[in-house]
Amino acid sequence: MEKVGLYTKKVIGHFKNPHNWGKIKNPDGIGKVGNIVCGDVMWLYIKVGKDKQKREIIKDVKFETFGCVAAIATSSVITDLVKGKTLEEALDFDRKEIVNELGGLPPIKIHCSVLAADALYEAIYNYFKKKKREIPEKLIKAHQRIEKDKKEIEKRYKEWIKIEEKMRNR
Amino acid sequence: MKKKKIYPPKFPKKFRRVYLDYAATTPTDPRVLKAMEPYLKEKFGNTMSLHSFGQEAKEALEESREKIANFIGAKPNEIIFTSSATESNNLALKGTAFANKEKGNHIIISSIEHPCIMESAKWLESQGFKVTRLEVDKYGLVNPEDVKKAIKKETILVSIMHANNEIGTIEPIEKIGRICKEKGAPFHTDAAQTFGKIPINVNKMNIDLLTASSHKMYGPKGAGILYVRKGTRITPLLHGGGHESGLRSSTINVPAIVGFAKTLEIAKREMKREKARLERLRTKLEKGILEKIKGSNLNGHPKKRLPNISNFWFEGIEGESIVVELDLLGICASTGSACSSEKLEPSHVLLAIGLKPWQAHGSLRLSLGRWTKEKDIDYVLKVLPEVIQRLRVISPFKPWKK
Repeated sequence: MEKVGLYTKKVIGHFKNPHNWGKIKNPDGIGKVGNIVCGDVMWLYIKVGKDKQKREIIKDVKFETFGCVAAIATSSVITDLVKGKTLEEALDFDRKEIVNELGGLPPIKIHCSVLAADALYEAIYNYFKKKKREIPEKLIKAHQRIEKDKKEIEKRYKEWIKIEEKMRNR
Repeated sequence: MKKKKIYPPKFPKKFRRVYLDYAATTPTDPRVLKAMEPYLKEKFGNTMSLHSFGQEAKEALEESREKIANFIGAKPNEIIFTSSATESNNLALKGTAFANKEKGNHIIISSIEHPCIMESAKWLESQGFKVTRLEVDKYGLVNPEDVKKAIKKETILVSIMHANNEIGTIEPIEKIGRICKEKGAPFHTDAAQTFGKIPINVNKMNIDLLTASSHKMYGPKGAGILYVRKGTRITPLLHGGGHESGLRSSTINVPAIVGFAKTLEIAKREMKREKARLERLRTKLEKGILEKIKGSNLNGHPKKRLPNISNFWFEGIEGESIVVELDLLGICASTGSACSSEKLEPSHVLLAIGLKPWQAHGSLRLSLGRWTKEKDIDYVLKVLPEVIQRLRVISPFKPWKK
C-alpha cells in the first residue's frame, strides 16, 4: 500500500479527516482506555438502539483521542467498523480488522489497535453494567486485563510523580 | 466552534515546503559543495600515499586542520578528525576513561546530554566506572556550583554540553571550565549545536576536549572533530594505520573535511549577521505562537539560548500528530514525544527540566537556519494554530479551557 512517510495513505486519510469524533451527550456506555503518561488516551462513547429484528445495535459511536497519528486513525476506523453492528457482532470484533482496514500499521504502533478494541470492549462493558445485565465472560476477561494494565501504569505513574516531586523540591 | 469549520481541513492549494529542523541536520551550502568538489573528482588521493595524489590530499587535510584549529584558538595538532559528533563524544568519554583508569573512575555529565553521551556513560558504568548525572534547573541550566561539589579526586572527566540540542539552552561552560581547571579535572564539551553559531575559544573557556560536527553547520555529513588539548590523556577507539596521531585510524574523508573547513570560513564572515537575523525571526515566531495559541508554552531559557532553536509544548495534544500534520502541510519539525521514539519514552531533556510526561508528549521543536525566510515564519504562524485546534477538538483533554 502506498505510504505517506511512516504511515499508509489510509491511516493518513483517517488522521486528516477522522470520522465520528466528539462526544455523545448522555451516552449508554463509555470506554476510557490508555494513559496520558504513556501518550495515548482513547474515550469511546456508544449509544445503543434496536434494529428491525429488535436486536440491540450500536446506533451511534463517537471518540475522543489524545495521541499519535496511529491512535487517532485507529479510533476513527473502529467507529466506522462497529457503527450499526449488533452488540453481539461488536463483541466478536477482531482488532486485526482495524489493521487490515488501515492497510497496515508500523509494528511499533500495533498497540494503538489494541487500545481501540479495548475502548470498544470497555464501552459495551460499561453499558451492560449500567443496565445491571449479565456480562459475557469475554467482556469480563477483557475488563480484568485492562484494569490490571491500568494498575500497572498507575504504579509506574506513581514513580513518575515521585521523580517529579523530587524535581520540583530541588 | 462548529464541527464543519474544523474538519475536513482546508489545505493550501500551492504546496509550500518549509524546513524547520536545522538542529537535526542542515543542507550543504553550495559554496561548501564547490570547495569539496575537486576532492571528490581529480584530487581523490589517500592521505597516507606517498605519491603526488596522496600528498595533494594530505595538504588539503592539514590546511583544513589549521583553519579549524584557528577558529577555536587551538593548535592544529590538537584537532582529531572523526566521522561524526557521536564518534567524537564516544572517543571523548571512553577514550579518556580508559586512558585514566589508573588515576580514577569517576565521570560527571549533565542529565540533558545528547544520547551519545548518555549511552556512552551508561556503558562505562557497566565497565566499572562511576557516573554522576547533574540535574538542571527548569530552563535546562547546569549550576557550576554543582559541578564544583561533584568533582572528587577520582574524577577523570567532566562533560557538559555547550548548548542543548532540544531546547537550545546555552550552558555556562566558561564558568564550568574554570572550575574544572582549578580542580584539575579534564573538561569536555559537546559543541555540536553551537560550533559556527556562537563564538568558542578553547583557551578562554578552559576546554580540554571539544566535539563538533560539520553537518549541523551547512557542511556535509561524515565529518566531525574532537579537539584534544595537548597533554590530555586519551586512548583510541579505532586501531589501524595510525591516522590522526594514532588516535583515530581510518582512511581520511578528505572531501568532507575540506567542506567542514569551508563552513567555518563562511561562519567567520557571516556568524554575527546570521545570529541577529535568526534571533529576529525566532522572536517573531515565538511571540506569534504564544499569542495566537492558548495553552502554548516555551521550553528552555528565555535568553541564554541558541539563536535558532524554539521548543514549545501544547496542552492537551500529542507531538507526533502535530509533526505529521505539519509535514502534510509542508513544514518539517520534530518532537520529544514518546510516540515518535523507538523506545516509546518521552524526551529525557524535557523530563529533566521538570515537564511531566504528558507535557513532554505535546512538545514541538522548530529550528531555524540559513535559508529560513520571513515568509516561512508567516506560513507557520498561519497554519500552526489551525493544526493545534484540529487536534485539540478531538482530544478528551481540554486543560487550556481553564
